[in-house]
Amino acid sequence: MLIQLENITKNYQVGTVTVTALQGIRMDIDHNEYVAIMGPSGSGKSTLMNILGCLDTPSSGSYLLNNNRISDLDDDRLAEIRNREIGFVFQTFNLLPRANALQNVELPLIYRGLPAAKRRTQARDALASVGLADRMDHKPNELSGGQRQRVAIARALVNNPSIILADEPTGNLDSRTGDEIMEIFEGLHEAGNTIILVTHEEYIAEHTDRIVRLRDGLIERDEAANGGH
Amino acid sequence: MQLAENIPIALTAVRANKMRSILTLLGIIIGVMTIITMQSLITGLRKSIHEQVTALGSNVFQVQKFPAIHTGGDMFRKYRNRKNITLKEYEAVKEHVTAAKSVGAEYWMGGQELRHGEHKTLPIISVCGGTPEFIDNNGYEIGDGRFITPQDVDHNRQYVVLGADVARQLFPYDDPLQKEIKISGRRFEVIGVLQSRGSTFGQSRDTYVVIPIGSFIKVFGKERSLNITVQAISAELYNTAMEQTTGVMRVVRKVPPGEPNDFDIFSNDTLIEFFDNLTRYVRIVAIAIASISLLVAGIGIMNIMLVSVTERTREIGIRKSIGAKRRDVLWQFLIEAIVLSEAGGVIGIVLGLTLARLVALVSPVPAAVPIWTVVLGLLFCSAVGLIFGVYPATKAARLDPIVALRFE
Ligand SMILES: Nc1ncnc2c1ncn2[C@@H]1O[C@H](COP(=O)(O)OP(=O)(O)OP(=O)(O)O)[C@@H](O)[C@H]1O
Ligand SMILES: [Mg+2]
Repeated sequence: MLIQLENITKNYQVGTVTVTALQGIRMDIDHNEYVAIMGPSGSGKSTLMNILGCLDTPSSGSYLLNNNRISDLDDDRLAEIRNREIGFVFQTFNLLPRANALQNVELPLIYRGLPAAKRRTQARDALASVGLADRMDHKPNELSGGQRQRVAIARALVNNPSIILADEPTGNLDSRTGDEIMEIFEGLHEAGNTIILVTHEEYIAEHTDRIVRLRDGLIERDEAANGGH
Repeated sequence: MQLAENIPIALTAVRANKMRSILTLLGIIIGVMTIITMQSLITGLRKSIHEQVTALGSNVFQVQKFPAIHTGGDMFRKYRNRKNITLKEYEAVKEHVTAAKSVGAEYWMGGQELRHGEHKTLPIISVCGGTPEFIDNNGYEIGDGRFITPQDVDHNRQYVVLGADVARQLFPYDDPLQKEIKISGRRFEVIGVLQSRGSTFGQSRDTYVVIPIGSFIKVFGKERSLNITVQAISAELYNTAMEQTTGVMRVVRKVPPGEPNDFDIFSNDTLIEFFDNLTRYVRIVAIAIASISLLVAGIGIMNIMLVSVTERTREIGIRKSIGAKRRDVLWQFLIEAIVLSEAGGVIGIVLGLTLARLVALVSPVPAAVPIWTVVLGLLFCSAVGLIFGVYPATKAARLDPIVALRFE
């Protein structure tokens, strides 16, 4: 099993009030699964994704990734896992504005410690695989929204991670561009990647194999998608 | 991640805010510029004093009535009651100072006008009545002809050796050797010309002539004080020679034990020591100014780095989300602070050198750049960047990735 979540809770302290974002999530995800997480706003989707992506730690419960207990790890080990095991795609792209596409994609490889020449070829390949071979030296503000998201996807997959996590990757894009992005994810899934994405759109969730529906920090339903392959 | 990877990142960040960076750097620029300008002028001066003021030959010191350099105005009242130094002391030193290789005696008379035919010098020529040791002990070399020999001295011959300037003034067109010149109305035959020693701070060092000491006494009398020059056998015996000479002088002059010397000893070091004392305060002030502006600069750098960390919180979040460790972020901002202050250091050094050159151009003060000040300056800048960058960089490194990513 790639991911095992057991009784994951997450509380936020806002002043004197404790906000419960996740109330006890149990979920297993296997290699090469393609999962959509859905649910109303505030139901805890992003909170869950951040925990899965080792950006945030749960208040209680256990998270096993490749049979490693994440809660036992220190900051630097978590950074290593984010670097090697996880590719995160954000709704707002989160590219470095002063770096061009190639440099943005190279970044995870820099932190991994790869030599420059190797970095360059790997980053080029990743950009080519998302159809941006001719936009390598464009800065983010010289790219369209869809192109920016494709750079972000190239950055997420350049290190060959175990999981690709995408929190509303099409949220800031029109539906046609969104479809193009979904096609890329589909290709990645077919190539053997494990993908978990958050979406509000049923037609986007239809692309996936499995839909996990959250409500008030709990899993309401966990089912196979009817459009599934 | 390799530390060097941070340098292009830092350069981009510094360049992205050019004006802000330059304003931040003013403190460092001023500090480094001050140090470099002052150091290169002081070193230049010191070097030229070494080269030019070396009034004596190597391992030589001179016993004289008055201190060579006097500070404070009361010098004359204080020293004029001293007894003149006489040939008696010269003989005693010559006999008893075993660490001496050669001991010379010199009488001096300034303000003389010398003549040769219708040519005459300005009345500024000093006449020295000396012994054969003169040339060695004063670090001169013969240019033409020969110097005074012991026989010349023994027989009080009317011979004269000319300083290069005197030779030029009296014999603009012809060879001075074997010609006659007049000193205070008496005839002297030119037997040699000294090599030029150039000038120190615009003052020629070739405006005198040397005659045998006995001949000098015949012309000018001996109601004056003698200078005794002593050359030690070796550098190791220099201090011994000085101690022996002091002892001999005190005995002959009957200075009671415990009383200070009633004569002075002058050496090449005397001038350099004097100069170093003089410039010590200039150095201290320069270092104080530089320290204060480096401190101010450091605070400025800390401030701008804190602003930079806040502005780039999101960037830090992005970097952490794709695998930057704490120390990666820490070094990124530390190196940015160091690059920033080094930029100031380099500008400061360039400006400082330019300024020192300019001063050297418009004044007789020479400039020399001691390489260690440049290195030290750059090291200081790195230290400033490092010290004042630690707090902002630590702040950046400690940011929680998810908090940083949410930062608006
Ligand atoms: N940093 C935080 N501090 C306090 N409360 C938070 C924080 N992050 C999330 N929450 C709360 O946790 C709950 C879940 O938030 P989350 O962002 O996971 O929702 P979501 O399902 O992603 O919503 P959306 O669809 O709008 O993105 C919300 O009630 C939210 O207010
Ligand atoms: Mg969300």
